[in-house]
Amino acid sequence: MTAAAARTSFWRKPSILPGFGLSMGFTLLYLSFIVLIPLAALILRAAGLSWDEFIGVVADPRALAAYRLSFGASFLAAAVNIVFGVLTAWVLVRYDFPLKRFVEGLVDLPFALPTAVAGIALTALFAENGWIGHILAQAGLKVAFTPLGVVIALVFIGLPFVVRTVQPVLQDLNKEVEEAAASLGANRFQTFRRVLLPAILPAALTGFALAFARALGEYGSVIFIAGNLPMKSEIVPLLIIIKLEQFDYAGAAAISVAMLAAAFVLLFMINLLQRWSRARIGAF
Amino acid sequence: MAATRALAAITESPKVRLALLLLALAYILFFLVLPVVVVFTEAFGRGFTYYVEAVSEPDAQAAIKLTLLVAAIAVPANVVFGVAASWAIAKFDFVGKSFLITLIDLPFSVSPVISGLIYVLMFGGHGLIGPWLDQHDIQIIYAVPGIVLATIFVTFPFVARELIPLMQEQGTEEEEAARSLGASGWQTFWRVTLPNIKWGLLYGVLLCNARAMGEFGAVSVVSGHIRGFTNTMPLHVEILYNEYNLPAAFAVASLLAFLALVTLVAKAILEWRYGHELAPVHH
Amino acid sequence: MTLSFTRRALAIAVGLMLASPSFAAERTLLNASYDPTRELYQEYNKAFAKYWKGKTGDDVAVRQSHAGSGGQSRAVIDGLRADVVTLALAYDIDVIAERAKALPVEWQSRLPHNSAPYTSTIVFLVRKGNPKAIKDWPDLVKPGVAVITPNPKTSGGARWNYLAAWGYALKANHNNPAAAERFVSQLYKNVPVLDSGARGSTITFTQRGLGDVYIAWENEAYLARDEFGADKFEVVTPSVSILAEPPVAVVDRVAERHKNRDLAEEYLKYLYAPEGQAIIAGHYYRPRDAGAAASAKVKLPAIELFTIDEVFGGWKKAQAEHFNDKGMFDKIYKP
Repeated sequence: MTAAAARTSFWRKPSILPGFGLSMGFTLLYLSFIVLIPLAALILRAAGLSWDEFIGVVADPRALAAYRLSFGASFLAAAVNIVFGVLTAWVLVRYDFPLKRFVEGLVDLPFALPTAVAGIALTALFAENGWIGHILAQAGLKVAFTPLGVVIALVFIGLPFVVRTVQPVLQDLNKEVEEAAASLGANRFQTFRRVLLPAILPAALTGFALAFARALGEYGSVIFIAGNLPMKSEIVPLLIIIKLEQFDYAGAAAISVAMLAAAFVLLFMINLLQRWSRARIGAF
Repeated sequence: MAATRALAAITESPKVRLALLLLALAYILFFLVLPVVVVFTEAFGRGFTYYVEAVSEPDAQAAIKLTLLVAAIAVPANVVFGVAASWAIAKFDFVGKSFLITLIDLPFSVSPVISGLIYVLMFGGHGLIGPWLDQHDIQIIYAVPGIVLATIFVTFPFVARELIPLMQEQGTEEEEAARSLGASGWQTFWRVTLPNIKWGLLYGVLLCNARAMGEFGAVSVVSGHIRGFTNTMPLHVEILYNEYNLPAAFAVASLLAFLALVTLVAKAILEWRYGHELAPVHH
Repeated sequence: MTLSFTRRALAIAVGLMLASPSFAAERTLLNASYDPTRELYQEYNKAFAKYWKGKTGDDVAVRQSHAGSGGQSRAVIDGLRADVVTLALAYDIDVIAERAKALPVEWQSRLPHNSAPYTSTIVFLVRKGNPKAIKDWPDLVKPGVAVITPNPKTSGGARWNYLAAWGYALKANHNNPAAAERFVSQLYKNVPVLDSGARGSTITFTQRGLGDVYIAWENEAYLARDEFGADKFEVVTPSVSILAEPPVAVVDRVAERHKNRDLAEEYLKYLYAPEGQAIIAGHYYRPRDAGAAASAKVKLPAIELFTIDEVFGGWKKAQAEHFNDKGMFDKIYKP
């Protein structure tokens, strides 16, 4: 055996299929050029700041207010979606109703509809002269151009996630467990709380985290409907754009790095949740 | 009697069922149906003639052409990448596989705004290689290449993430059989692997294309907003909106909404007709 | 076969990426401008194309890019290949000359009137009936008055707004800078939002319904009034304001690279011609040519105007003292 072959077998198991070198080489090259090197350029730019300068930028009151809004609104939106997402998944799996296939297909709309279109559509709906907005205005509730508008846009953006993570779990759920619970005298609510909820919880939380992560970075749909007031309705991605426009490259890069760090933590949590979810499904 | 009680306890009472159903439908109505309806209502608000004029004026046409051009480059690029990556990942065992999968998923967790910013920091006048590019008269930012790059970035994982689980599920036996019967590597790929993954590939292409044509944030950062030249359709929607021209903004937006609906229908057909040939998550 | 196909596809892709981005054979010119000039240049570009065709027989397509003046300046330095820039204030072009060395630093002397083919000023736009009774600058600092103005860091108009307020306060307080600082910081306490360009602020005030008064370019105020109706908005002219001179310049390096120098120079010169001046007057800017001003459909009222040179010692000084990092604006604006 040559040294090269020995090395190959250390890194990967031998296979009679060809093309590993070509496909892997291309994958790594493409990944590096499109993703890794540009991201490194970002980190490099932020690294141009001293630690104190970095903290000064990312912990500046305006940036803190933007994090509060972005995290708060994303959390609220994901919370709305976990409740209604579980409900929608339940209805889609367990009930029969007209237009079910239509609703089923429509759930993925936020994945397919460009965010700018969603932004102007939601603004038109929720502005004070809009279809929904004028009803809410009579009740004294302003949605468009307030932080509430941000939440509405983020609910839209994150809508499919919980439905799509919970639906397969509900489908696979063995009805016998529910029957057993019922025959042991549990009422429907007890069965839901003690049997169904624990079964779908990991999937629902995964959906929640995915919706949250997506909402955190969202830009297109939010800027139309948010008032974009500094300290009040300015999301983090908008603050990054403003820093860039002001020639403050290092500041834009620093806040981006902070957001990336948050995104990676989320990504890690989602991985853990998915593992937990899979283990749960296996147990049933 | 005990049996009816048991039956009652594994479904909800009709009233509860109706209430849950209506609640779910209201949620779908408010957040999904009405936004689409409002786009088309506003788009046709000034009549069909106005609509046709709005979507056929030269700047709108240029935006449509640019959007198609960008998707026509970005989608095939990500298809080639997706196939290569899933071949390497699904058909071979190697160290660091899950790390590589995480890296491929990375662009999904990056804000679109940051996806644009990184290219400005690379190729802009103050970027890492911006000055060199300028000396050689190569323009990336504020031109088509920058828009293509930003689009490739945001749509990067779509095809790969569809194909990797699908090819992993299919295993390597068929390819190994083909090889042992004397087929070349390319023959194995074209005759055995590709037919097995074609619907999954189409599914990934569909989603990748929808996002490529609709991307706003990343493209907005690198575009330079030159009317009729570096404005994609979503950016053109924004420009029209900022010029108080709401009917025209919604007219262009309605084309994108139509594309989204077509995507959803095609996706539903794929899931319904070829569900078992898609990645396991869709079964 | 497959390999050659892949290779060909790659070659096409690379070719597309490297190709200089021109779709048509006609001559094209890119004008990077500030936010409120969209309608002006839409009309002017058509007129110029006709003029150029008559003069040379060539077709010319002028492309437009609009954003906040400072943002556009940044974009040009970062590589936006504009043959000409038509920005809100001279400093934003100075920066392009200094940082990117894309045109000579004495660019402003190349065209008449400091390279500003028209002037404008800063006025107020209020809601119909003027419910907060806003007549002059002191009314803007009253408690409970919400003032809309863009971000001076990115918008040129916003910097004119700021300096107009500052200049008023100096005049009203015997040139006492401390009093001016108090006045302007009081004013910005009443500002709930800073959009990045003037057009964003117009949308905020007119469509989003935020604010009681919008400190606006005179042209933008009249345009908004036309667009949304005099039954919705009124223009209020303050007792004193600033003389704004939005300048224009050829970006030599880009124009030469595109072999567009003749075209770019003629494009700017035509702004000074009677036809150009008439179009300018029609969009509520104040043309240099008295004849064009006299024949405009709306006579803009006479206002007592001060210049940036008189009060602030020129743009360079004003920019350094007020708008650069850790300057006066950063000191007084705490959102």
